[in-house]
Amino acid sequence: MTTQATFVTNLQRTLGQNIRQYGMFIALFVIMIIFSITTNGIFISSRNLSNLINQTGYIAVLAVGMTLVIVIRHIDLSVGFLAGFLGAVAAIALRFWELPTIVVVPMVLVLGGLAGLLTAFPVAELKIPSFVASLAGWLIYRGALQLVTAGTGTIIIEDETFNAIGNGFIPDVPFSIVPGYHTLTLLLGVLAIVAFIISEIRSRNKKLAYNFEVLPTDMFLLKLIFISTLIGLLAWIMAGYNGLSWTMVIVLAVVAIYHFITTQTVLGRHIYAVGGNPEAAELSGISVKRITYIVFASMGVLSALSGILFASRLRSATTTAGTLFELDAIAAAYIGGVSAAGGVGNVIGSIIGALVYVSLTSGMNLMGIDIAYQYIVRGLVLVAAVVFDVTTRRRGRAG
Amino acid sequence: MEIPILEMRQITKEFPGVRALDNVTFSVKRGEIHCLVGENGAGKSTLMKVLSGVYPYGSYSGEILIDGQPQRFFGIADSERVGIGIIYQELALVPELTVYENIFLGHEISRNGVIDWNETIRRADEMLRKVRLDVNPAAKIRDLGVGKQQLVEIAKALSREVKILILDEPTAALNENDSENLLNLLRELRDHGVTCILISHKLKEVLSVADTVTVLRDGKTVCTLDAHKGEVSEQALIRNMVGREIANIYPPRNHQISDEVMLELRNWTVYSPELGRYLLRDVNLQVRKGEIVGLAGLMGAGRTELALSLFGNAPGYRISGELWLKGRKRAFRHPREAIAAGLAYVSEDRKAKGLVLIQDVRQNITLANLQALAQNGVINRNAEIQVAEGYRKSLNIKTPTIEQQVVNLSGGNQQKVCLGKWLFVRPDVLILDEPTRGIDVGAKYEIYQLMNRLVEEGMSIIMISSELPEVLGMSDRIYVVSGGRIKGELPVAAATQEKIMELAVDY
Repeated sequence: MTTQATFVTNLQRTLGQNIRQYGMFIALFVIMIIFSITTNGIFISSRNLSNLINQTGYIAVLAVGMTLVIVIRHIDLSVGFLAGFLGAVAAIALRFWELPTIVVVPMVLVLGGLAGLLTAFPVAELKIPSFVASLAGWLIYRGALQLVTAGTGTIIIEDETFNAIGNGFIPDVPFSIVPGYHTLTLLLGVLAIVAFIISEIRSRNKKLAYNFEVLPTDMFLLKLIFISTLIGLLAWIMAGYNGLSWTMVIVLAVVAIYHFITTQTVLGRHIYAVGGNPEAAELSGISVKRITYIVFASMGVLSALSGILFASRLRSATTTAGTLFELDAIAAAYIGGVSAAGGVGNVIGSIIGALVYVSLTSGMNLMGIDIAYQYIVRGLVLVAAVVFDVTTRRRGRAG
Repeated sequence: MEIPILEMRQITKEFPGVRALDNVTFSVKRGEIHCLVGENGAGKSTLMKVLSGVYPYGSYSGEILIDGQPQRFFGIADSERVGIGIIYQELALVPELTVYENIFLGHEISRNGVIDWNETIRRADEMLRKVRLDVNPAAKIRDLGVGKQQLVEIAKALSREVKILILDEPTAALNENDSENLLNLLRELRDHGVTCILISHKLKEVLSVADTVTVLRDGKTVCTLDAHKGEVSEQALIRNMVGREIANIYPPRNHQISDEVMLELRNWTVYSPELGRYLLRDVNLQVRKGEIVGLAGLMGAGRTELALSLFGNAPGYRISGELWLKGRKRAFRHPREAIAAGLAYVSEDRKAKGLVLIQDVRQNITLANLQALAQNGVINRNAEIQVAEGYRKSLNIKTPTIEQQVVNLSGGNQQKVCLGKWLFVRPDVLILDEPTRGIDVGAKYEIYQLMNRLVEEGMSIIMISSELPEVLGMSDRIYVVSGGRIKGELPVAAATQEKIMELAVDY
């Protein structure tokens, strides 16, 4: 009885203390369960979830970049049409200049980085509000997109290597463990779980060595089991339908790289310090200008990546590609817990935010809900998420 | 006897841990210029905030009487209603609006919510003539100099038919000409029956304009002197301002000052195009190895600007003169370069400029020198924890863990985090700007001990402080700064509070 009682109080306390961290995971979980019920399980099917995640890809990478932009107290509205424009550039390079994918992708990524530096210039040098500077970019890239597609209209991409980025799946190993399931995906899932458990245990031991507060043992086990199950479930579902897609591989790589940069590197720490208190950062020898350039350049590169993912998924570049991507990415970042006051927010949260956002669309589509209501629901979820975030943060500070 | 226009009786105002005003009595006669003087932190501004209703009735104890009638002000609107107008050091004008819009801001001349612009401009013109300001009422505030803006503030107060006009350091940001104009205007207003209360650090001004002077010290009224009875003189004022006890809270130290000059400024001059005036002029100073040099002076004297300009944080300033550090002539364009060369600057405003409040103790301590903990840009988390833990122990930072957000720490512990951050860059010259402002006695003592330890190890310290006892207790040598100039250099043995104050108020 007593162990049971302590377990419950531990659970309550842990959830209470970390409600902000876990809130988004729980919200995503709840949304998925609701849609699974209302769609008679179609939502949770391997095929649907695989599609859903591939659709999230081009918003997810934008949300990752946008997180950092918002963390340093700026905004970038130009990313949607920049993605659309660079997608068209990629299509033109493949179709008319007949360049191979291996050349086109790096080229477009570099162009994206340059575009980001261009947006950053008036912001960093002249202190022009980024809202205005990037709104100008929004107009310019929209015009540029129409200009390069004016003669041809939609440009069909026939390069199958390129199209595989948005539509292909990783190859499988020649043997099979579970019949009908993608074996390599399952193996990668197991590998991910093992890596996760080892890194968690090491980090916990390190914290214990310094006498830091750690989760009680039962809660720690619960967390390990919960997240391992989540990873396992994801791998299982993906393995049930063609396995891991290249889009997913790219998104996971982007998240891993950005998570590493933001949590483990000097650059990441400098970005968060600039966001938390630019004056203190400047006086601590951090160049706020330099950080501004870097963050906007990274946003530009990720816009290019988003454009590539989108063009590849549609196997074409259209005249309206990228419309409203920027607002979806901003919404995803805010749902994921970024604060406009600066210095707060992380890329994992934003990815979850993007998943919540796209899940809503997908689930409501499956239920046949009118698009008008969909917008209203998404708006309400955005407000709810931000209100939740602000109130829990306040409580966290008081306590 | 005539009833005073204003009487404040037994005013006591407490903040958590501090008694800012202690039984203050303050009485102002009708139609006089009454000056309020005292050191920084003596309680002048607090007293005026009580009077103007910024601190509402009930948050202090004591009585306020206007024309003999007791008053209860719950906000600024209440004090304005009985004719009190206050002009703060930081002007409360909207830069993007015109002069006439600003004059009537909040009191627009209107009918049914529609503003009568013709009448507004006519009345504004009238007010501007009263303060002898010759500008187009349609000019934008941002296009006027500080001196003219100050006059617009006064015009604004006059438009509300103010009976008691309070000015908080009105000439602090003005050049000599504008200051003289302003003082003449005050005399004129007095002759037209407006009672003026003037807070000023510039004793020459006080001597030339005051009818009566009240001196505050440590939140208490020291005395009220009548200029017409010949009671007001510079010596009398200084004597009453500085009579603070120097408690024996300064730990002794045992250190060697070498002859080696670590930092030297030659004719350091800083001009701000934005403000249109010199912040610093011809500053010459030397700091030797193992020495604590005190920069004394009053707020706004230019000491912080001095520190920031040599630290490479000088936005848009035009600097001439030479900075020599460890025998090399240097010019820093960014704090990064200054830090790399061996300088560190601990800001006077730790919350706004020193700390990233939402980050934890560890992240704040290592912020200025992360490179030292990183390989290929990746932070070595273990090394970082060891460094932060080391400073937590050596500086006795009271925090549950180094993972605590600094916003949750007390002022003294926040200051120690700032110090830890700057010690970790291992500077040769450490600039401390008001190192003990707003922290408790225990933490103060620890910071003094730390300063002693650092100079004993050979570091040089420049300490900017507005607290005279601190300057006298901790410095080896003292420079007194006033109006952007070094007014004097005193070895600590020859310095007294009176001598420093004489130089500090010499504008």
